[in-house]
Amino acid sequence: MTMAGTPASLPAPPAAPADAPKTLLSFQDVSIAFDQPVLDAVSFHLERGETKVLLGEAGTGKTLILKLALGLLKPDSGSIHVLGEEVSAMREQDLFALRRQIGMVFQESALFDSLTVEENVAYRLIEETGTITDEIHARVVEALEFVELAHTISLFPSELSGGMRRRVAIARAMITQPEVLLYDSPTGGLDPVTSNTIIELVVKQRDLYQTSSLLVTHRLQDAFTMASHYFDRKQNKMVPMEEGSSRDAHTTFLILRDRKIIFEGTATELLLCHDPYIREYLS
Amino acid sequence: MPPLPSSPARQARSAIFSFWGSDWVQIVPIAYLSDVVKENVEAVQDYSLLAGRSIANLFGQPRYPADTLLQADLIGVGSLPIVVLIGFFTGAVLALQTSSTLQQFGSLSLTGQLVALSMVRELGPVLTGILVAGRNASGMASELGSMKVTEQIDAMRAMGVDPTKKLVTPRVVATVVMLFFLSIISDLVGLTGGFVISKALLGLDGSQYWTTAYQALKFRDVFMGLGKPAFFGFIIASIGCYYGMTAKGGTQGVGRATTQAVVAASVLIVVSDFFITKLLMGLFGG
Repeated sequence: MTMAGTPASLPAPPAAPADAPKTLLSFQDVSIAFDQPVLDAVSFHLERGETKVLLGEAGTGKTLILKLALGLLKPDSGSIHVLGEEVSAMREQDLFALRRQIGMVFQESALFDSLTVEENVAYRLIEETGTITDEIHARVVEALEFVELAHTISLFPSELSGGMRRRVAIARAMITQPEVLLYDSPTGGLDPVTSNTIIELVVKQRDLYQTSSLLVTHRLQDAFTMASHYFDRKQNKMVPMEEGSSRDAHTTFLILRDRKIIFEGTATELLLCHDPYIREYLS
Repeated sequence: MPPLPSSPARQARSAIFSFWGSDWVQIVPIAYLSDVVKENVEAVQDYSLLAGRSIANLFGQPRYPADTLLQADLIGVGSLPIVVLIGFFTGAVLALQTSSTLQQFGSLSLTGQLVALSMVRELGPVLTGILVAGRNASGMASELGSMKVTEQIDAMRAMGVDPTKKLVTPRVVATVVMLFFLSIISDLVGLTGGFVISKALLGLDGSQYWTTAYQALKFRDVFMGLGKPAFFGFIIASIGCYYGMTAKGGTQGVGRATTQAVVAASVLIVVSDFFITKLLMGLFGG
């Protein structure tokens, strides 16, 4: 599949400052319970430029991890650091500035239904200027071209299909070029073709902007596609890596089960894992 | 002592005693009551924090004047027709109802005074408050509730925007300001309704009606009538926003939040009206 967005026109990713932290997101012994414990001493790190795919059955706390990373919920114990700040110890009022440096794609898109696609995508930028300036409009068009939805700019979310809404949500999350992107089941409930389009956008974002991301999914196919494909600028599409290629997709997997992370490693390590549950999960 | 013969009443009493004496009854109601009390205390705490933050936001950046104006238009201009209609007929029926009693004492000329005092001190602010609560507290609860259950509020927070600044404070400010003006309009239209009835049905002189109405109103009456809408406006908006922001359980939850918001706001308006009136009467006398 070929992407319509013109990679050549995309701005180069902002270079990280020399003193920028290498670890962008870290969970250290994080536990949280509601009626029952959901996460128990969960620890992992997300390095700069890395993509982690969080797998697990429904109800294992995958979305919860994203909400904890954003500070939308507080853990009962443990610490969470994002971009060098301990979000688990910050007040809600102090978190707003930090959250502006993180992009989040919600499971059901969470677009503002009373705003147009342009206003949705420009939401963060409008917050700073108060209105849609020519510069903001140009950035919105660019972000929508990236997700191949420039023609929907004046439509309302209710006029879009589920897959299109998901792509607009990706455009909204990436418009400010955040340092970390969090995807909450971006392909959930979509047909295979649309799911592939979404994953291609995620891979495009990963390879063109080198944005660190944490992607939650329960679709193994998405995870392996991300680990085995890269975005080719020349062909302007996602292509599979050749056998024996030295190219690194910088994509690793986490598997969540029974409140804990039971696997962390690359796609190859996952395929070679002998854990009975993982074998069953993969089959 | 020989055992007493068993009767149906004695059997029933025995069953009740054994029921109340069982471990189950001793444990479950206490745990249940404890949960109910905790939930309610937590709700009051959350509401107080939200209400406090909605005021504190006035002193910090960013502010949202465009959103405030939009809400003022929706709340103020949107509620105007119904406030005018209800105000007019309230004044009219007040004149009609009281005329027979006043006539018995030969004081029909005091109709204007009675309508003015009733409208300005009580009926204008309270009825307008309840109308706006029915129209706007429900609107706020359903709008914010829908945003909550579709994760739009979380999305807002995730994008670094404070929902209490963006959504709550503009609604609180707009409701307080617009309810003040709506109450004035309601008072005036109510007096006009009373005047129409006095003139058309009771045969009173128009200038006499307006003169007694004007002369009856003292500073304390006007202060009371214009001070109350500020409290009522705050109650309507903060309650509507609170129930919206805490809605859960999908569309059914939004519907429940909407109903609760209207009931809570209406009840609080009537209850707080008593205390505000008592306080102001204590301050100004009579």
